[in-house]
Amino acid sequence: MMGTLLRGDRGGQVLLTVLAICAVVMPMCNLMLPVEHPWHVSTYQLNLFGKYLCYALLAMSVDLVWGYMGFLSLGHGAFFGLGGYAMGMYLMRQIGDRGVYGNPELPDFMVFLNWESLPWYWWGFDFFPVALIAVFLVPGLLAFIFGWLAFRSRVNGVYLSIISQAMTYALMLAFFRNEFGFGGNNGLTDFKDILGFPISAQGTRVALFVASAVAVIAGYLLCRSIVQSRAGRVVVAIRDAEDRARFLGYRVESYQLLVLVISAMLAGLAGALYVPQVGIINPGEFSPLNSIEIVIWVAIGGRATLYGAVLGALLVSFSKSWFTAVLPDYWIFALGALFVLSTLLLPAGVAGITRRRVTST
Amino acid sequence: MNALTAKSDASTLLYMEDVTVSFDGFKAINQLNLYIEEGELRCIIGPNGAGKSTMMDIVTGKTRPDKGVVTFGGDIDLLALDEPEIATIGIGRKFQKPTVFEALTVFENLEVAVEGERSPGFNWRYGLSNLQKERIADVAEIIGLSDQLGAPAQILSHGQKQWLEIGMLLVQKPRLLLVDEPVAGMTHQEMDRTGELLVSLAGSHTVVVVEHDMDFVRSLDSRVTVLHQGSVLAEGSMTDIQANTEVKRVYLGE
Ligand SMILES: Nc1ncnc2c1ncn2[C@@H]1O[C@H](COP(=O)(O)OP(=O)(O)O)[C@@H](O)[C@H]1O
Ligand SMILES: [Mg+2]
Repeated sequence: MMGTLLRGDRGGQVLLTVLAICAVVMPMCNLMLPVEHPWHVSTYQLNLFGKYLCYALLAMSVDLVWGYMGFLSLGHGAFFGLGGYAMGMYLMRQIGDRGVYGNPELPDFMVFLNWESLPWYWWGFDFFPVALIAVFLVPGLLAFIFGWLAFRSRVNGVYLSIISQAMTYALMLAFFRNEFGFGGNNGLTDFKDILGFPISAQGTRVALFVASAVAVIAGYLLCRSIVQSRAGRVVVAIRDAEDRARFLGYRVESYQLLVLVISAMLAGLAGALYVPQVGIINPGEFSPLNSIEIVIWVAIGGRATLYGAVLGALLVSFSKSWFTAVLPDYWIFALGALFVLSTLLLPAGVAGITRRRVTST
Repeated sequence: MNALTAKSDASTLLYMEDVTVSFDGFKAINQLNLYIEEGELRCIIGPNGAGKSTMMDIVTGKTRPDKGVVTFGGDIDLLALDEPEIATIGIGRKFQKPTVFEALTVFENLEVAVEGERSPGFNWRYGLSNLQKERIADVAEIIGLSDQLGAPAQILSHGQKQWLEIGMLLVQKPRLLLVDEPVAGMTHQEMDRTGELLVSLAGSHTVVVVEHDMDFVRSLDSRVTVLHQGSVLAEGSMTDIQANTEVKRVYLGE
């Protein structure tokens, strides 16, 4: 199964192998080696890598719609944010009466707003399975509505990108409002437990890291299953000549919808894994700039390869953490320069350096 | 002089009557009547801007006429269907500007076009059937691209792209092929082969060819319709058409 999915995909084979090794070896280096051992991996480093793996999954979801389908989404941060909020709501409910106000029924921010009872859209989030379903369902539903409206009326190109940007911006404004019921400005934070385990314990961190690595691997295989199928070829055909695909009898909008919804769900999963690892979700995640940054990761990594997106996200994120430690004020310029240089020097991205064209017959 | 249009009857595959379409007040198609018989090879000629491509846009669902009747196979109202539906009932089209899928290989282009299930769910799960693979191999042979199946379409020559597009039509197995300017940019040798191919398709398929190149049209030796300012100016054999004084005046420039 995995063999056929990765056939002809050297980059993917290497990437997934390395990731799988990391997912096994790094936790061992963290848990089993003493702190002074040169190969010891600190929980902090593991946690950082885990966060970046969430970015990698997010970048992959953007590559699926942009690289393969030609929809330059400037709004994927919205799907990521919604997945993150769904997980955050579950984590909030796990706090119980350990909040500042000690109210067992309501999260702190609702007590602060003098709310009497839990709003209906928070119902069920005490239960992990409900939250998990919401992690996929809410971003998927938004993508479905967005796509249904946009693709059916054949909005495309730059207009579609702008609308996607407006979508995430509108969500940001909504989530900023206290009355919206998601903690306003401050978002959701002060989490205590996840599935009964203390959220900042070493073991939990390790588990979240492993879960993120597994999610990237599983997401990669899912994306591959699409792009190397006949449906994947149709998606590329739609990207290159939408009208032509229609005259061949393809219902272009159903392909676009399917791919967008799957992509949004992957982004939602990335957000859900991200939130317990950083301990907070706030409306800043919906900021248009975030969505643009994702696109830059993919552009730097190389489009329509999937592994390029993963590489780009990891590369930029690690440079960012290094750079902000050395020259904190200049990161935005460095990112800009990286983007411009990579577009000029590496039009096919980092992935393009090693990629040889693999033809399939 | 011939009657302007042949009367339609039971063997009419494509039926267009009194079709008008205007763009910002300009009538690109003006009360057009056109009847294509099952199995026929028909050439449509006419000066630039006569409405030839627009006629194809109407048949394939890309443009909606302001008025008129367009039916297919006797009882299918084409005006009630959209592009994918029209393609599915058996109308294939080659565009004036060759449009193959550049990033896909020759094989993949044919694979995307080959007759079969069009839903995303199905195509996500299943590959090609053996029958479809055979069909692709046969058509690749016909269009002379068997040795280039693995090559990306973007490296093909202009003529090869035209052929690939014709191949994509063939694997689609349509009842009616609409072919817009198939020999533009082809060498004489390529033109001859294309002509032979189109003639060989007639009978088992119905073929409508729009072309500018008079020598090419003559070589097809088919019934010819002259379009002018969105309506039919004359119809008949190439010899009749060339003898027609009105046609000479507006088109052949004599
Ligand atoms: N979508 C459109 N919008 C406006 N005008 C159009 C459109 N399509 C075609 N036309 C006009 O209709 C006329 C017929 O065009 P066309 O069918 O392409 O001619 P032909 O293929 O015979 O050269 C031209 O004058 C063209 O400019
Ligand atoms: Mg034309």
